[in-house]
Amino acid sequence: MGVLLDAISWLLLSLGGVFVFIGGLGALRMPNLYTRMHAASLTDTMGAVLIIVGIMLQAGASLAAIKLFAILLFLLLTSPTASNALASAALLAGMRPGEARTEDEEPGK
Amino acid sequence: MAQTVTESRWRARFSQLLLFLMLAIAWIFWSGVFKPIPLGLGVFSCVLTVYLARRMGYFDNQFFTLRFRPQLIGYLAWLTREVVLSSLDVARIVLDPRLPISPRVVELEATAQHPVDQVILGNSITLTPGTLTLDVHNGILKVHCLTEEGAQALMSGEMNRRVAALRGD
Repeated sequence: MGVLLDAISWLLLSLGGVFVFIGGLGALRMPNLYTRMHAASLTDTMGAVLIIVGIMLQAGASLAAIKLFAILLFLLLTSPTASNALASAALLAGMRPGEARTEDEEPGK
Repeated sequence: MAQTVTESRWRARFSQLLLFLMLAIAWIFWSGVFKPIPLGLGVFSCVLTVYLARRMGYFDNQFFTLRFRPQLIGYLAWLTREVVLSSLDVARIVLDPRLPISPRVVELEATAQHPVDQVILGNSITLTPGTLTLDVHNGILKVHCLTEEGAQALMSGEMNRRVAALRGD
């Protein structure tokens, strides 16, 4: 039982790590702010959920597990709010989301 | 008229006190430490939270009141499935050497009229990788989509319909 839980936990942690890595890679590869945010959102949805559930399995049935669950819940409520604030600030600052391949470095084009 | 104003102000005071007490209990429950510095930090956090909530107008109107509905569980299960599927989609796009993105902005009219439901819709869209809510104004959501297929899936309106169904009665 303990070995099985450990195995599932390690699987979740590794998968979470893979998603965080892909999120980071995507943030580098995408051409502009809005598309970068799409890639980065992999990190705070799948990455965070898998890693926190993996740690919860390590913590077992304890207060720590409840705290981790609370962290997960608040993260899932606040991270879209933060993304929204960032996107809306970029829109207000005049970054045009329409053009597909505009580079960050060339705001005029 | 003056009577009702005073009454609503007292109700707001009462709500503020209630929120403070709930936060204080939560703090003690989570920390379990009764030393002066953690307790002082706790009081500071609770006061700050109540102050920020007041500045946001939380106590001035009733529409923030959260009601738990059984439909919410079904919605969360559906949303989880959507998040997993679109995460895999976005991961595949990122790993593709050609980076096959076709970003566009679409405008989606929220079926749900209630502000809280519109926030749920906007946050659900942002939480799903590949779609990002840029702006909500008068019930119109401006959504940035990473791919054309993502935009079409969004405009097919399933999420919109499910959020509207949350307040089914």
